[in-house]
Amino acid sequence: MLKDITLGQYFPGDSFIHKMDPRFKMIGTAGLIAVIFSAGNVYSYLVVTALIAACMRFSGVPLKIILRGIRPILMLILITAIFNLFYTSGEVVVFRLGFITVTREGLIGTFFMMLRIVYLVIATSLMTYTTSPIQLTDGLERLLSPLKLLRVPVHEFAMMMTIALRFIPTLIDETDKIISAQKARGADFDTGGLYKRAKAYLPVLVPLIISAFRRAEELAVAMECRCYRGGEGRTRLRTVRAGYRDALSMLLIAACLLLIIFLNIRWPGLY
Amino acid sequence: MLTLERLSHIYSPGTPFEHKAVDDISLTIEDGLFLGLIGHTGSGKSTLIKHFNGLLKPTSGRVLIDGEDIWADKRRLHKIRFSVGLVFQYPEHQLFEETVYKDIAFGPRNMGLSAEECDGRVREALRFVGLSEELMEKSPFELSGGQKRRVAIAGVIAMRPRILVLDEPTAGLDPKGRDDILAHLKAYHAENRSTVIIVSHDMEEIARCCQKVLVMARGKAALYDTVENVFRQSDKLKAIGLDIPQITEVFIKLRARGFSVDTSVFTTEQAAAEILRALRETGEGRTC
Repeated sequence: MLKDITLGQYFPGDSFIHKMDPRFKMIGTAGLIAVIFSAGNVYSYLVVTALIAACMRFSGVPLKIILRGIRPILMLILITAIFNLFYTSGEVVVFRLGFITVTREGLIGTFFMMLRIVYLVIATSLMTYTTSPIQLTDGLERLLSPLKLLRVPVHEFAMMMTIALRFIPTLIDETDKIISAQKARGADFDTGGLYKRAKAYLPVLVPLIISAFRRAEELAVAMECRCYRGGEGRTRLRTVRAGYRDALSMLLIAACLLLIIFLNIRWPGLY
Repeated sequence: MLTLERLSHIYSPGTPFEHKAVDDISLTIEDGLFLGLIGHTGSGKSTLIKHFNGLLKPTSGRVLIDGEDIWADKRRLHKIRFSVGLVFQYPEHQLFEETVYKDIAFGPRNMGLSAEECDGRVREALRFVGLSEELMEKSPFELSGGQKRRVAIAGVIAMRPRILVLDEPTAGLDPKGRDDILAHLKAYHAENRSTVIIVSHDMEEIARCCQKVLVMARGKAALYDTVENVFRQSDKLKAIGLDIPQITEVFIKLRARGFSVDTSVFTTEQAAAEILRALRETGEGRTC
């Protein structure tokens, strides 16, 4: 059934990271990405590993679920690794076969590169695991609110995103219902060629689009009835407030970044 | 004849969202019956009727039509859909064609009928729901709510199902629209002698149309009997959170106040007759 598709990958919980202000989670994720990219030697990679491990620990998301998120990009990692392995020039040749040369630098570099991609995926997916889509748009709106000065309609974009997210489950439900109803009238979605199947979905798409428009209109009226007039002067039911958690994690990430820069300078080019 | 054998359905088994919607139901629905299906929201009515034409597969148990398991041969399942016509809640939301005619012909066309046969079916179905043939070339989206609903019902009737199942066919209609649809369903049932099953929250509606009632509570078949026998058990119905027809309530109270009236009265027509009878009996008919 269509209902089994999960929306986003929010993993409800009550952990340290779950309780963080979504704005600082976003800034923190950006910080983590900076940390991952600035690592340049063994020591700094150790720091990065420790930091990522800590984030995983304090997110309360089971390791199994985090690893599941890496599976889809396994192929990408493998292909990049192979190219890196064969195309890195270096002094110490480990292996040579015809035009293929594998150097020690290539091996080490490839290993770090794979690590870097995996860490990147973990860092970004931790944010989506610990933040519900609504919190995410909320945070984004507040984070981008300085752009309002440049007349960017930040609130309107965020509202559009929120509404879109809100209506995905509703429309999936509706699709399920319409499919059932047309099946009950003998519609056949499972046999025939591509063209025939695509055509078979017409009796589903037409009512679905009509109902989406109807819902949009009803929602617009309902919003107007409640005096919605855009973001100006609007207050919130749940205000997110930065707390000690956010300060702590910002400090930690900043410290790690400084430490890595120091390590990079102290032992340059050391693998 | 539609038979359910120990039918159960569990949604999302093995997950935290596991929910037993239909729980071990066994019963037989005889041919030509007008059956009412009542029960609370979430009592499993809609899940149950989706098993009648194989839209849902039983988690356990069987659905038999004339003694044959509908899931025995998956290729025949498609055919089952034509002999058990299912009209969903708010069926007008599933209209999609440019004209009323084409929309009603969707089912017959899927059956592989010829153009002439389809044409006959469409006209017949229009007559059954009481719409004039002038509407045939109109867009279904130009019609009124009640008309749209009837076009959608006609779309299922046009398949000439042996068993017609309607999930709350009168929900959200004005009283006239409601009475129209019920009257046409009754006429359809009388003329075709086919089985008609309606899901409803309106006890008056059930009392007026149905011969038997199936009461569902928490996925189980709580009661399955004739209209009289079901509505006589007002205590049991009230325990489930359902009601009896208002007029029956009036008669129960009349009886409690010492009037010698029969309480198995479920429609206003029956009520009028019963009052006249009681008055004649007490000899006070002239004062009326």
